[in-house]
This record gives sequence, structure tokens and C-alpha cells, in this order.
Amino acid sequence: MAEGVVTEAGGTARLRAWLLSDSPESTFHARCQRFYLGWRAFRTNPIAMIGLSIIATLVLAAVFAPLLTQGDGAEQHLSDRLLAPSAEHWFGTDELGRDIYERIVWGSRITLYIVGLVGVMVVPIGLLIGTVAGYVGGWVDTVLMRFTDIFLAFPRLILALAFVSALGPGIENAVLAIALTTWSPYARLARAETITIRNSEYIMAARLQGASAWRILYGHIMPLCLSSVIIRLTLDMAGIILTAAGLGFLGLGAQPPLPEWGAMISTGRQYILDQWWVAAVPGLAIFVVSLGFNLLGDGLRDVLDPKSGSAG
Amino acid sequence: MAHSGNPIAGTGTGSSPRLLIARAANLLFTLSLTFVGLTAITFIIGRVMPADPVLAIVGDRAPKEVYEAMYLKLGLDKPLIQQYLIYLVNVLQGDFGKSIMTTRLVLDDLIRFFPATFELASIATLAGIFIGVPMGVVAAVRQGRLTDHIVRVVGLIGYSVPIFWLGLMALLVFYARLEWLPGPGRIEVYYDGIVDPITGFILIDSAVQGEWEVFNNALSHLVLPAAMLATYALAYIARMTRSFMLDQLSQEYVITARVKGLSELAVIWRHAFRNVLVQLITIIGLTYASLLEGSVLTETVFAWPGIGQYITNSLFNADMNAVIGGTVVVGICFVGINMISDTLYRLVDPRVR
Amino acid sequence: MHKTLACLALGLVLALGGTVATAKTPNDTLVMAKDMSDIITLDPAEVFEFTGGELIANIYDRVMMFEPEDLTKLVGGVAESYTVSDDGKTITLKVRAGQTFHSGNPVTAEDVAFSLRRVIKLNKTPSFIFTQFGWSADNVDSLVKATDAMTVSLTINAEFSPGLVLNSLQAGVGSVVDKKTVMANEKDGDLGYEWLKNHSAGSGAFSLKTWNANELVTLEANPNYRHGAPGVKRVIIRHVPEPSAQRLLVEKGDVDIARNLQPDQIKGLAGNNDVVIGKYPKAGLTYVATNDAHEILGKPKVRLAMRYLIDYEGMVNSFLAGEYKIHQAVWPSGLWGSYDETPFSLDVGKAKALLAEAGYPDGFKIQIDTLTEAPFSEIAQSIQQSLAKAGIESQITLSEGKTLWPKYRARKHEIIVARWSPDYIDPHSNTDSFAHNPDNRLEAKLTGKLAWRTSWFDPEINALTEAAAKELDLGKRKQMYAELQQKVQMVSPFSIMFQRSEQAVLRKNVKGYVSGSNFDLVFYRNITK
Repeated sequence: MAEGVVTEAGGTARLRAWLLSDSPESTFHARCQRFYLGWRAFRTNPIAMIGLSIIATLVLAAVFAPLLTQGDGAEQHLSDRLLAPSAEHWFGTDELGRDIYERIVWGSRITLYIVGLVGVMVVPIGLLIGTVAGYVGGWVDTVLMRFTDIFLAFPRLILALAFVSALGPGIENAVLAIALTTWSPYARLARAETITIRNSEYIMAARLQGASAWRILYGHIMPLCLSSVIIRLTLDMAGIILTAAGLGFLGLGAQPPLPEWGAMISTGRQYILDQWWVAAVPGLAIFVVSLGFNLLGDGLRDVLDPKSGSAG
Repeated sequence: MAHSGNPIAGTGTGSSPRLLIARAANLLFTLSLTFVGLTAITFIIGRVMPADPVLAIVGDRAPKEVYEAMYLKLGLDKPLIQQYLIYLVNVLQGDFGKSIMTTRLVLDDLIRFFPATFELASIATLAGIFIGVPMGVVAAVRQGRLTDHIVRVVGLIGYSVPIFWLGLMALLVFYARLEWLPGPGRIEVYYDGIVDPITGFILIDSAVQGEWEVFNNALSHLVLPAAMLATYALAYIARMTRSFMLDQLSQEYVITARVKGLSELAVIWRHAFRNVLVQLITIIGLTYASLLEGSVLTETVFAWPGIGQYITNSLFNADMNAVIGGTVVVGICFVGINMISDTLYRLVDPRVR
Repeated sequence: MHKTLACLALGLVLALGGTVATAKTPNDTLVMAKDMSDIITLDPAEVFEFTGGELIANIYDRVMMFEPEDLTKLVGGVAESYTVSDDGKTITLKVRAGQTFHSGNPVTAEDVAFSLRRVIKLNKTPSFIFTQFGWSADNVDSLVKATDAMTVSLTINAEFSPGLVLNSLQAGVGSVVDKKTVMANEKDGDLGYEWLKNHSAGSGAFSLKTWNANELVTLEANPNYRHGAPGVKRVIIRHVPEPSAQRLLVEKGDVDIARNLQPDQIKGLAGNNDVVIGKYPKAGLTYVATNDAHEILGKPKVRLAMRYLIDYEGMVNSFLAGEYKIHQAVWPSGLWGSYDETPFSLDVGKAKALLAEAGYPDGFKIQIDTLTEAPFSEIAQSIQQSLAKAGIESQITLSEGKTLWPKYRARKHEIIVARWSPDYIDPHSNTDSFAHNPDNRLEAKLTGKLAWRTSWFDPEINALTEAAAKELDLGKRKQMYAELQQKVQMVSPFSIMFQRSEQAVLRKNVKGYVSGSNFDLVFYRNITK
């Protein structure tokens, strides 16, 4: 495909040349190049590409949900309850006569919302605690890391359960609970990275130029830690989805009538003997999406961290 | 026992007594810190929960006087920190208080429920090891080939599937439809009480007492939930084994061994695998610990009377003594297993400082 | 890979080898599947939950009883006969001769007096059933007395219909406990309270062998029961919260009776010849309560509009089919004094008009709280949809009872969907809770009364409730209840929706299961297999 592009349009060819040139002219240029090279390696990795396409489908489904469905997945038709999958209802209908296909599509928004929000909360907390501990060192490091260790030692699902019961059921509270139980490994990771670059020449140089500790942390160290944190996050996404689904399954996540997949399994459980699809379909959706994130994460690691030794 | 190419061989273990004491002190400190942290967090959660422990005892239609009498009896009028300290002192004396839900001592409950989880997690971990390790090794040896891809994908699938959902589906297929395996529960109720709980592990107790019918029944009940948990264990162990093996197989000593004309099997199992073993211990420890706590959902699906279900039920019932007790026990196991595997790792592999 | 396959195969073979081909329950044991998460105690002076109530009904004989042979007739239980004095203030009970407790001790007047006094002295939740007679810890020793070995005299210290008093003695608090055994296990003057929570000392058809919370209850037959030994030697009740799991267990013959199947699961059992479905009308009600202290919901027109925004028919014909029927008054149909008019049905136009009159033509936003268990989530979602048709936007929160009730008791709810069962079979049991609120102040904390919880205060209704409870003439009393219920139906914050029937699934060899109108009228003693 790449070869085809060259002969087609001069613009893309020039872009390609720019991306592959030996001497980058700016930081931005260099970053683009790194990204492009990574992408080229990534593209040859079939596993990662499958993952990427699953996630892309999820995102597209979430964005175009109104176009993909006729209703909003909440409309009840008590006369059409528990219908088997058919041409009219691809995945059948649930206990209140709602179309399961529509609910799955709309549910993708909730899934994305959960992983997105957890990511947005976990990364800054982990980065901040980890880099500060790693950079400042001494007693600050000890205190912060002991604190982190307590959270690491905590049985995570139980802690999340307890948090949600304390905060009350609901999707935001579930997100908060998951975030509170997931940030600790990120702090450890960021600390380890910080320690390896703390004494590098270029940080020394910045320090000599009189940059404040905060500036060094924010401007130099955090960006460097970001990539490994992001990989870790991608790998964790599946876990986050599964935890959220588990909370939903126990009735502590999204509240009805929200089409959260875990909660859908939970209600479908009542009907599993005669109407298996009510529980099977949302479970399958969770499975496919978390598999997608795992494949993607695995592929990303192959590309960005050749040390892991997996060949694509 | 040719260790010629082994980079570890020859390096002596250098742990002096002083180092050991320091390490033990550190261990103790971490443990107690974790303990205090665990209890404090759970305690605070328990006190801010919307579920009302008083109502859990007196019932939802209790009149004012009954309610207030119990409120005072539970000491809920005292400041939070004082309540916590009282609790902590009691726990240190081995008194976890009484469970509202079961009307028994939490400690007695834990002794009853914990073995069920332990039994389940142990069997699942064992299954994970016996299937996952060979899978990982084979995948590494055949890196990039079909077998490798299959193992990788199987691993990722085990990682990605919601275990509680898989459990439901397995019940549907193997119990409801095919009738191959029994349904939820640890044992058929009418076998309950036949075997004296000596160890609390039904399999061991029934075998020791020669109650083979009970043993069979318990074993068949164990298959599905253990298989569900094993799915996760297997996936994780296979993945990590593969990656460790790949590391070792690219080492020079492996190449040397091959050049020396050792058979491939010997190279893989006697040399490379022996070194991987050390790292595997950590991974297996981690798996074990996470199964102990991760069984919450599996126990719910399979009505398994284990610690996970005990904690969840207690949470819903505002039975805070039980929740804290359960969490502390799971937390301690969690930390304990991690530390044991960490120590083993240090003992076996002196490269680690 | 080959090794892996071999391991897998081996595992499978081992697993299958261990399977007991078809598990059948032993012949002398009845195994029942039930959701028992509500039990918090088995002390008859404290039991106020459905499952606990049912269990103690089979363990303890009560002063007055309904017997499985005729569930409509109140007869003497431990008491053989009673006489009411002319002024209606004193009831003299004659204890039946020849009864023994499970311990072998004879049942005497002293045990009866002790049991009733114990309820007052322990002062647990259900004690209000007796305190309304004017009994208190200070005077109960003189008002409840054993006058000789087999005679007990009860003095009523308040204006109360003696019929109502006799009905109350049939409640769980009327259970007679074995004084000697209980006092032998007394600790720190607790009248055996700690011990009786999970032990039994009764004279009923069964004794309690084990209670493992959220696991199982084992009852052992009392061979010396006054009606003869029960049909089975043991009853094991297994806690199975999942209705679908219950269905499987009963289908496979792993249990003999399953108690909590949902209508859809019952439907799925049609055509299965191994099981029989028993349907037993119950006195349990499902209702919607609006908080009267809420600025919008407190408006009478809004309250009334709520009644027209519930799709009673739709629900009863779909996910509630077979188990629930429409009933809209506070005292359930089929019982003395019931009121069976059902004036309300889904009528969005009418509701909209009412809302417009109240000043909310475009609706409003509101919170709905309900229980996690089926079918409350479905009912709430159906109501949510019909509310939306009138422009009312609502948000549902599902909670476990332990979280929901504190909110309700603290008057912090807006709309709540909940259930209710009477404590004893007399209309006063329900009107007292739904309609009687003598003190609406927050500090009064009359948390046991639903009227107080919803901040509903109506002096006229209060007076009517009190008068009906005192009325001695049965015909007049019945009429007063009809009038009271009609009023409550129109003006209260309660939209009563449904009355429940229990649908129990029995293996076809199980005979003699009796389940009466109330939760504690379930009898195991006639069951045979």
C-alpha cells in the first residue's frame, strides 16, 4: 500500500520523504518521524492491527450510535419481551422488550467513557506521585512509596467494591473507585523511569540553567515517562473494563436503564436458561473489546519496547 | 548437573545474619504498615457507607428507642478515631468482633470461609501451572510459528474474558444442558455436616475420613469454578513463561550448550527452563494472590461459600466487622504471598540485591 | 502442545469421573431452595423478616394460631381456649394440656407468661404489637400473669378491640418459648437473647439444628409434636439467591421445592412433568411512595397524577404475569376487611391534566429508589418510562435493603418503589402503618410507620384509623375499614400497585406443602415425599 502512494500523489510522497529524512529539523519533526517509524513497525504486526481495528470499531460505534440505531436503546416494548435474535432484532430483545443490538451500540459509549475517565484520572496521579518521589528522593520518596505500597497491597476488586458501596452505586463512583485502586502501579513505574533519567546530562543541564524543580518535572521528566505509562495504560484497559463490568454485574456500576454491559449480564442472568442471548451478547461484547485492548497493548509493547522479545 | 553455561552458577549467596535481621525488620515494618493502612481505609469506608449497621442488626422497622439503644451499644456515638483505635486494639488481641449477618465471631466465620477460597485458588493455580508453563515453553521454542501465535492468542483470550460471564455460560452448558457437572455450591446440601471440618478443606477432610462419596461430590463441584479461575491463571503464567523463556533462549550459554551438541530437549528444560524457574516463582505467587482476591465474582456466580462472597455479602449487609476482618485476611495473604515469593526469589537468585 | 492437550484431557476425565450421575435428595429429607438473605435473627421476640418469620412459625407454637388444615380460622395454639371479660379488658387463656417442648419440659402457663413478658422486656422491633395494648416493661408483670399452672390472664391497658388482641397473639411475638431452657442459657440478664438468636426452644413441629447465615438452615422433626410427627425427618433450606439457579436445582431434582422463581422462569418450566407449580395468594403488597415533604411531590394533584402514570396492566401482563395481580388498597384482597376497588390505570392524558393544574405542565425531575432484586428494577424502569410520557424525567438507583431502608427511614427519598407485608392478619396491621401518623415532626422518629416515613399527616385519617381499631362491632368495623381504605387510596402518598402470589415449584413427589396468605403462614409439617 505504501508503495502505491508514492506514484499516486506527490503530496503524500513528499510527506513520506519528510517523515523519513535523516536529519530532522525540529523537535516536532523528530517526534513525527518517531511516530511514523513506530507506525510502520506496528502495521506489520497482525495481532496489533486486529486490536487496533477492534478499538476503532468501538470508537466508531460510540460516535455514530445515533446513525447505527433507530432508538436510544432505552425504549421498552413490553409486548416484544425476550425475543430471540432475528432479522428484526439482530441480538434479540431483553426483559423489557428493548433491542439488545441497540443497547450494545449505545453501551459502547459507556465503556469508552469509563476507560477514558479512568485513564484521565490515573495517569496524572501516578505520574505526579511517581516523578516527585523519584526526583526528590529522600524521605519524600519513602513516604510516597510506602503510601503507594499500601494501595498496591490492597486486594483491588474488594477495595473497589468497598469504595463504591461507600460512595453509592453509579457510573461516576465506579470510575472513581477503579481509579483509586489502579493508580499505584503507575506511580511505581513513573518513579523507576524518573530514577533512571534523573541524573542524565540533559536534566543536569536544565538544572544548571536554573530551571525550577517543578519545571524540570513538568517539562522534562513527565513527558519522558509518558510513553511507558501509556503502554501500561493500554495494557490495563482490558482490566479496567473487566473491573467495571464486574461492578456493574454486582449492581454497583451504572444504574438502569443505562445499557452498561456488565449490568446487562447481571439482568440477563435471570433469563439464561431460556433466553441465553440476553446475557451472552453483552458478555461477548466485553470480551471482544477487552481482547482488542489487550492485542493493541501487546502490539504496542512489541513496537515500542523491543526488549520484550516478541516477534510479530 | 552441568551448569557450565549458567551465569548464576558459582556466585555464592552472600546474606549475612545482620542483613537478614534488617530484612526481617523491614518486612515486619511493611507488614504492620500495610495492616494499619488496610484496616484504616476499610474502617473509614465502613463508617461513611450509606448502609446502616444499626439497621442491619435491629431490622428496618425498628422504632426509635430500639435503634438508639443499639447505636450506643455499637459505640457509634464516639469520635471516628476513637472507634478505630478501639477496633485496632481488639484486632491485635485477635478479636475481630461479631458479625451481624451470621451472629457469630468474625474470626470463626473467617476460619470457616477462608479454606473454601483457599481450596479453589490452590487448585486453579496448580492447573494454571501444569498447563500454562508447558504452553509458554513450547511457544517460546517455536517463536513466531503457528503454535506460538495460538498460545499468545489463547493467553490474551484468558486475559480478556469476563470470568463471571464465562462461569455463567459454563454453568449453562455443562450443568443445565449437558448435565456433565453439578451446579453451584461447594457440595450437595445433604452431604453437609457428614465430614468433620478438620482442615476446612473438604477434599482433604473427606479423603482422610474415607468419605469417598462426599469427596467425589465435592470434587465435581470444584471443577467448573476452578476451571474458570484457572483460565486466568493459565493465561498469565503461559504469557510470562513465554517471555522469560525467550529471554533465556537468546542468552549465550544456550547457544554454547547447543554448540556443544546437547540435545534440544536438554537445552530447553535442563538449562533455559531451570533459570526461568526463579522468575516464575514470583509470577506464580502473584497469580495465587490475585486469585485469592479475584475469586469474588466467581464465588458469586457459583454460590461458593468462600471469603470473597463473605466480604461481598457483608458489604451489602453493612456488616463492617466482617468486611474489615475479611479484607485484612485477604490483604495479609496478598502481602504475605508476595513477600514469600520475593524472598524465595532472592534466595534462589543472588543476582538480585 | 501435545502435553497440554494430554493435561486437558486428563483433567476432563478426572472431572467426569467425579460426577455423581444424578443427584436425588434423600427420601426422609426435604430440601428447599430459598433466598434467605433477609434473616438477621431467629429469636421469636425479635424476628420481623419474611424468612425468619416463616422459620419460627415451624419451630414455635404460638398462643393463637392458624393451622395448615384450615388457614382461615384462628384457633388456639398453645392456648386451648380463651374467654374475654364483658368489658373486653381481660382475656383468660387456658393452656392445652400434655404439650412438651423440644427439651422434654412440659408447656405451662408460666412459659406463656414468660414469653409474652420477654417480648416487652427485650423491647425489640416487633414489640410494638404488644405495647399498643398498654403493656410496658414496668407493668407487664402485673398485666400478664399465670394465675395457675395452666391459666394465663392478660389485661389490656388501652382501648382496643379484643378481636384485634387475639389476632396479635397469632403474630411471631406470640410464640411460646421454653422458659427453663432459655433461662439456662441467659447471659448478663439478657433473657437468653444472645443464645436464642441462633438456637431454638419451642414446642413446634421442628427444632432448629443449624443456621449458617447465607448458606443453609437445617430443621429437625419433633416426633412428639401435638399433631403427630411431621412427614419428613429433616428440612434443609438452602440459601440460593439466584432465581435461575433455583430453577435449575429443582429441575434437576437437587432440591424438592424452589421458592423464589420469577414469572419468566415459571413460564420456562411449562411442559416439565417432573415438577408441579403451586400458586398461593399472599398478603404482600408492592407500592410506590412519594415523599410528602418534597415541594413538588407533596402537592395533592401530583400525588394523584402519579397513580395514573403506572402501567399496571402492562406489567401484570408481561414480566409480572402469574405472580402479581393489580390491587390498589392498603389491605390485601381475600382477607377480612379488604377493599378491592381498582380505580386507577395508565392514563397519561389525565395525569398531564392533573400535573398542569398543579403547576407542572412540563413535568419535573425526580429520583426513584428501589431494591436491587427482581422484579423491582423492572417495575421502576416501567414507571420511569410512563413518567417520561408526562414529561417527568427520573433517575433510578437500585440498592440493597440495608442501604435503601436507612434512606427511607430518614425521609431522604423522593419516589420509592417498595413492598409490604402485614405483621398479623388484621386490617389494623396495615392501616396503622400506612395511614396512622400521630406525630409528623422529624424528631418524633416514628420510623416504623410508613406514613411518618413519607411525612404524610392527615388528622382526619388518623382519627378514622384509631376509631376502627377500637370498634367492637365487627360489621361496623368492617365498614369503617372500607371507608378508610377508599380515602387512603385517593389522597395518600402511596400508590398501591400489586398484590403478590407465591409461586413455588415442587417436585411432583412432594405433597402437603401449605402456604397461607401471610409470610409466616408457611407450614412444613404436612409435607411428605
